[in-house]
Amino acid sequence: MPQDSKAAILGRVRAALRTPTSPQVMPPKAALELAESGPARAEAIRRSLPTGGENYEESKALFAEQSAALKTRFVPVPSLQAAGDELARMAAEHGWSRLGAHAGELVTPLAEKLGLETVMTDGGYDPNELERCEVGLTECDALVAQTGSVLVTTRSAGGRALSVLPPHHVVVARKSQLIGALVDAYELLESRYGDAYPSFMTFITGPSRTGDIERILVLGAHGPKELTVLLIEG
Amino acid sequence: MSVNTVQFQTDADRMQQDGDRREFLRTALNGYILTRSGQQSKYGDYEAARTTAAAIKWQAIENLGEHLERFADNLEARGVHVHWCSDAAEARAAIVGVLKKHDAKAIVKSKCMTTEEIHLNELLEKQGYDVVESDLGEYIVQLRREAPYHFVFPAMHLKRGEIRELFERELGDAPTDDPEALTMIARQALRQKYLAADVGISGANFGVAETGMISITENEGNARLTTAMPKVHIALMGIEKVIPRFADLAVMLPMLALAGTGQRLTGYNSQFAGPRQEGECDGPEEMHVVLLDNHRTELLAHPEERDALRCIRCGACLNVCPVFKNVGGHTYGTTYQGPIGSVITPHLRGMKDWKHLSNASSLCGACTETCPVRIDLHHHLLRNRHSAAESSGGWAERMQMRGFALVMRQPWLYGIASSLGRWAHTLSRPIHGTRLDPVYAWRKTRDFPAPAPKTFQQLWRERKKDQPPRH
Ligand code: SF4
Repeated sequence: MPQDSKAAILGRVRAALRTPTSPQVMPPKAALELAESGPARAEAIRRSLPTGGENYEESKALFAEQSAALKTRFVPVPSLQAAGDELARMAAEHGWSRLGAHAGELVTPLAEKLGLETVMTDGGYDPNELERCEVGLTECDALVAQTGSVLVTTRSAGGRALSVLPPHHVVVARKSQLIGALVDAYELLESRYGDAYPSFMTFITGPSRTGDIERILVLGAHGPKELTVLLIEG
Repeated sequence: MSVNTVQFQTDADRMQQDGDRREFLRTALNGYILTRSGQQSKYGDYEAARTTAAAIKWQAIENLGEHLERFADNLEARGVHVHWCSDAAEARAAIVGVLKKHDAKAIVKSKCMTTEEIHLNELLEKQGYDVVESDLGEYIVQLRREAPYHFVFPAMHLKRGEIRELFERELGDAPTDDPEALTMIARQALRQKYLAADVGISGANFGVAETGMISITENEGNARLTTAMPKVHIALMGIEKVIPRFADLAVMLPMLALAGTGQRLTGYNSQFAGPRQEGECDGPEEMHVVLLDNHRTELLAHPEERDALRCIRCGACLNVCPVFKNVGGHTYGTTYQGPIGSVITPHLRGMKDWKHLSNASSLCGACTETCPVRIDLHHHLLRNRHSAAESSGGWAERMQMRGFALVMRQPWLYGIASSLGRWAHTLSRPIHGTRLDPVYAWRKTRDFPAPAPKTFQQLWRERKKDQPPRH
């Protein structure tokens, strides 16, 4: 049956489109040509959307501005060492006892130094155990200045759940990972994973939020109540 | 008049009496307009972004067949099961088939209007499945056993007190009026559901043909949890949701966020490329995409109307619509409310029963102006009115319209008619608003403005008399 429906649907689609679209409801020709051509389209998108900054300093300032608006805590630190100190300070402040993490160039040394009881997600884990962690520590693919977003994938951030199940998500990133705009992020994903995409990629823009009750903003609807981004600049 | 027309009128009347609720709606929607305009002003060139978004969706619809095939082939290459469904019954059967195969009992859902369209929850509940909506607004309306009020803000009509009562009654929780505390009650109740669910059901905002991915936009993280924890993920998607390229999302996602909620980007924009892949530590073992036609191809067959399939369901046209503000979401009686609902429902569910929706518009054009993909909504409403009138309009209405046209074309006739009207208005004053009033149906909720002391024609003549002719 499903195969029959496939043929039927495609048949109806093709029959319907045999009558050309009325010119009244078509976008301007120039726009259509633009949309056809890859680089020109990317350039047009870059120009028409809010800026992502021209250089590192501008992008960093924009990321900071967006973070403040989103209630993301953005903390630039000079070194991996300093990131570790900041994490230790946060652990004491929030009284963390259990950490969720994954193996990674930045996360592994930080998690070791923190010395909490740790659930590593690599190679599989018990979701109930992860659910009991107060904090999830991950790396990312990029930070996007334009939108204040953190781009994570199953590849870079220890799977799908680590960055959403614990109530506090801490991201560590390097200076080189800060990029300008969403168009750059898609170019990066294409060049990095074009042959074999991870099964899950997400742009995280601020802590989990809802406005479903009287449109009043509440953080931590289902995902993390808090999001901290540690940017290692050295 | 069809049952739906009568229902529309009764519900609209009821809403007219509820000034409090209307005021509440208006405040909420004004808040949206303010946030949105703030964000929009940060765009380099918002109109150009809109044109690009419209062009991308237009390309998608114009070559829908190729894009759909490519989309499905790429999904299958990533190990996704694709189900093609001509109508609601086939889609329901496909979903139930997957549930049966996995012997599933508990189901967690993230917001998906398409499942409302095929009435999935009713069916699943009837068949004994434990199915829970995880989006806070959807969860609230599910507990209230009512339909979403607005397809982006499902519970926007409810005040916190009503939600407190609901939670006390349904969840037995401590009474609180605080939106944060109420949200935490829902968070607690739903946490266990994600972990215990056998299957997660989601929608899809976009389907990427080039790579075989679906994209989901949300703020709460409930869709992320729905698609991360259960061992099976089913996504239901209308065939019009497909876009050509992965990188198109770089403009579609910000435009959806801006138009939908006034955000620069929504909290989570996730792209799914299949079930758990080799070397990944979590995610579902199986992923299904259910592709739904359900009369979309009929809309596609209209060369002047098919652009309505560009809709990305951002809800902006509802937020600015004066009719939506006054009649409220439930009055429409449709899955998709507001201007876009009024445009597509007659095509999706039958002109005969739903043509009255074409009149649920003031034709002010606010919807067209706000639409991020440039759908010419108010002209669609006008065209729907036209075809509805052609197919049915009684002879009495036709005669009235002819009479009106005649009077409007002849100044002398217009003069007579307007003085007659002024006399009639004054003389009939004692019976205004009573049942004796020949226009009672119209006047019971409103009135004509009092006629000006002099008509325009009189004023014009007097002025000409006073002024020497100019050369
Ligand atoms: S018609 Fe346009 S404004 Fe209305 S929901 Fe669809 S995309 Fe948004």
